[in-house]
Amino acid sequence: MGANWMQFVAGGLTAGAVYALVALGFSIVYHASRAINFAQGEFVMIGGMGAVSLVALGLPLWAAVPLAVAGAMLVGLLVQRLALEPAQAGGQADVVTLIIITIGVALFLRGLAQLVWDKGIHSLPAFTGSEPMHLGGATVMPQSLWVLGGSAVAVLALGWFFGRTLLGKAMRATAINPLAARLMGISTRGVMRLSFVLAAALGALGGVLTAPITLTSYDVGVMLGLKGFAAAILGGLGSFGGAVAGGLLLGLIEGLGAGFVSSAYKDVIAFVVILAVLFFLPGGLVGARGSERV
Amino acid sequence: MSRLTATLRRFTRAALPLALPLLLTAPAAAQEPIRVGTFLAVTGPASFLGDPEQKTLEMMVDKINADGGINGRKLQLISYDSAGDAEKARTFTKRLIEQDKVDVLIGGSSTGETMAAVPLAEAAGIPFISLAGAVVIVEPTKKWVFKTPHTDRMACEKIFVDMKARGFTKAALISGSGGFDKSMRAECVKVAPNQGIQIVADETYGAADTDMTAQLTKIKGSGAQAVLNAGFGQGPAIVTRNYKQLGLTQPLYQSHGVASKEYIKLSGDAAEGVRLPAAALLVADLLPAGDPQKPVVTAYRNAYQDKYKTDVSTFGGHAYDGLMLYVNAVKAAGSTDKAKTRDAIEATKGYVGTGGVVNMSPTDHMGLDLSAFRMLEVKNGDWTLVK
Amino acid sequence: MPAAASVSDRRATAAGERGGVPARAPQLALLAAVLALLPLGFANNYFYEVAILVALNAIVCIGLNLLIGYAGQISLGHAAFYALGGYGSAIAATRWGWPVWLSLPAAVVAMGLLAWAVGRPTLRLKGHTLAMATLGLGVIVSIVLVNEDRLTGGPDGMTVPPLVVAGRALQGEPTWYAIVAVVLWLAVWLAGNLIDSPVGRALRALHGSEVAAQTLGVDSARWKLRIFVISAVFAATAGALTAHYAGFITPAKASFLHSVELVIMVVFGGMASIWGAVVGAAVLTLLPQLLTVLKDYEMMVFGAVLVATMVFFPRGIVPTLARLVAKD
Repeated sequence: MGANWMQFVAGGLTAGAVYALVALGFSIVYHASRAINFAQGEFVMIGGMGAVSLVALGLPLWAAVPLAVAGAMLVGLLVQRLALEPAQAGGQADVVTLIIITIGVALFLRGLAQLVWDKGIHSLPAFTGSEPMHLGGATVMPQSLWVLGGSAVAVLALGWFFGRTLLGKAMRATAINPLAARLMGISTRGVMRLSFVLAAALGALGGVLTAPITLTSYDVGVMLGLKGFAAAILGGLGSFGGAVAGGLLLGLIEGLGAGFVSSAYKDVIAFVVILAVLFFLPGGLVGARGSERV
Repeated sequence: MSRLTATLRRFTRAALPLALPLLLTAPAAAQEPIRVGTFLAVTGPASFLGDPEQKTLEMMVDKINADGGINGRKLQLISYDSAGDAEKARTFTKRLIEQDKVDVLIGGSSTGETMAAVPLAEAAGIPFISLAGAVVIVEPTKKWVFKTPHTDRMACEKIFVDMKARGFTKAALISGSGGFDKSMRAECVKVAPNQGIQIVADETYGAADTDMTAQLTKIKGSGAQAVLNAGFGQGPAIVTRNYKQLGLTQPLYQSHGVASKEYIKLSGDAAEGVRLPAAALLVADLLPAGDPQKPVVTAYRNAYQDKYKTDVSTFGGHAYDGLMLYVNAVKAAGSTDKAKTRDAIEATKGYVGTGGVVNMSPTDHMGLDLSAFRMLEVKNGDWTLVK
Repeated sequence: MPAAASVSDRRATAAGERGGVPARAPQLALLAAVLALLPLGFANNYFYEVAILVALNAIVCIGLNLLIGYAGQISLGHAAFYALGGYGSAIAATRWGWPVWLSLPAAVVAMGLLAWAVGRPTLRLKGHTLAMATLGLGVIVSIVLVNEDRLTGGPDGMTVPPLVVAGRALQGEPTWYAIVAVVLWLAVWLAGNLIDSPVGRALRALHGSEVAAQTLGVDSARWKLRIFVISAVFAATAGALTAHYAGFITPAKASFLHSVELVIMVVFGGMASIWGAVVGAAVLTLLPQLLTVLKDYEMMVFGAVLVATMVFFPRGIVPTLARLVAKD
């Protein structure tokens, strides 16, 4: 029973690390523009499928992965530039409109992926082999450690970027007060674009890290987008630490729920827990419990 | 006899041999195409089924037309993408029947889509050959509805017979939450006792889940001697990989839903030793020379792989069988009259298809028996026949 | 945003007080005429089918629009009410032997009660938290419908018996078109009455600023809950009618994707506009039927159309067009 428990946790954390990366993407975009980017899951898909097709073309893994992530970043920039900026420029678009636009973008990207790639399921080779490792009674694939490690590095890098670099601080300033930031010479438009590019990079990173474990296909973004959004809200939308905590927690609840309660209803258990948290802590686990501007 | 009558007689005797060919060819020149209507899950969660089905129908319709058509008439394929959604399937079926005025319906990749269209086919009196798996489609038998794929019950029976032959009495089930998965799981639970198998664990996973180690850990401790995974898509591939990761040694059986090279590729060497029931199509090269299915499956497989540069799929094979059953019925009935073609389909005997040898009857609108399934095992990354 | 709201406010109140004749009367008469004359252009039953689907979606959207556009709340789980309305009636009729003319309204009433029970704690949340809560509830319903297959028939769904009234089974597209057209007209009429009444003004005050509305004595919690219940009732009615019309229902009707589709219809057509809801439902039901000829390109084109429309019509089609007309 003890060993089982460890296995449930290991599986849950692996899934949770992916949710964390997707949730981080949601938080970054929300931080900058108050909008929910429902195309976030598609960036994960582009990272995974992109790497798969580059490997199929003959590129070695260590080249395909960064290229795929770079490709996703380019797509993110184009999305912000072509789909969102025209809407934001008019000044009329409210948040709901922007959300619907991102949904349209998600459909467009998914439809395009069907044509550029195909409708099948694909896998990436594991980065460092696929011999299971035994850790404390549980068996873990080496790739899981890559996923967890990659997420940790991403979070640390983001923390350093937003905390210590001028650009990162400029982005935080824009989120707090766009007008003041612009008065200080910070380009809001540039900040928005950068947020999208960062969010795309995080999503794509999640995609390439997990494709060896979870497999990938043109529609893998739908469920991931949903769970990543749930994780981001659970942790507190706009908070990076919250996004990571939310993602890991969601994965853990799923794993433990499947193991100890019911595998059929594990998602129900997870959502019930999320709802319970939200009723008592509407800002999420780490979210600001601040006052609302009237 | 008057001179007029004699002249008319002579004229008629001379003209008739000339007129007759004219009378026969004139309608042929203005012949209507035979309209084949289809609604398939080309995109969406069941695209694993619908995409090869669509490709197969397009390929075969082109081929038949290039060979001159049926009874001098060309086939026209009118197809819609129902994306695995039952309501879309219903609306498109209505469109096919009312707007496109098709002569036959061949489609319904999933059971949900098929069952939504069944009442429409029955009410309109149009033959409907379904490409979906569940036994409920033909049980109870509906006058206008037929199906080509083996039922999920047959798959369960085939697997349990094999388990019994290996001396197993306790088995575990793990299945997904899709229609195919749940339907097959329910049938397996029903028929397991017939072979003396007791189900000691029954786990499920979500359609888009990426980690089944929790479920398999529970199965590990359940005392099962063999495990049956009823599902299709990426779930079974992940189950297979997790199976190896956790070091489970009990034999793993998969369903006919993953009877494809793609499954082996995705599962990697974790697929070694996995057994599943499948149509002869997958092992065309391994069939003995005298096997009646060998020429049919080899020809179809070569044509499909040449045209689409991708591995052949059992589901594409079901579409092939569906179309050929109809084509044969039209030839036998001599027309596309819906009632006559329906009767001809029902009277099919000894049709050798990719799924097996089909013998239909008024009480059996599928026509396959257990021998249509072959038990396969994965060895060295490829299929082998289990004797 | 404030300017537009006050202009339409002024118009509505002035119109409402114009000689006692409700301003909506000509619009309602036009709707009735269109609904009655439309079938003249139907070449076959397929046309009826599409029209029926448009009308059913419009009924849901009118209700959802009241919630999103007027009351300013969000629901990403409304498909659950729709599906449960259908399943409720189907289960009561099939497994408990109720006659359909009883099970259908019973299911609708049950959904109203459920909305009331669920809405009280949920509507205390705001913004994205509310979105997540409604999303979560919708997903939970969806999963339960899939797993409880003994009751619901599982992922493949269940057959639904036809609506039998006074011994006659109501089947066939023209019959159902008549039923659905009447219900749609009633829905438009009810929603219009609601908006033109003091309740409507309270709602719009809520949407403008909940805190300000509260300081003016508007009991925001009660009004939000009422509109939530009304929108759930609209959705459940449409869901139950669809189930008995199609003779079939599947858990996909409760999915997150379906909820999102409904929200898209409302925003696309125009929030805070009954006609926007109808237009949104019509366009987004017809579009897939038209785009299906594009086969593999359908999803991409649909996404592009959605993006382009929202970029050029940021308030939705009807309000943006209305504004353009007003400017002239």
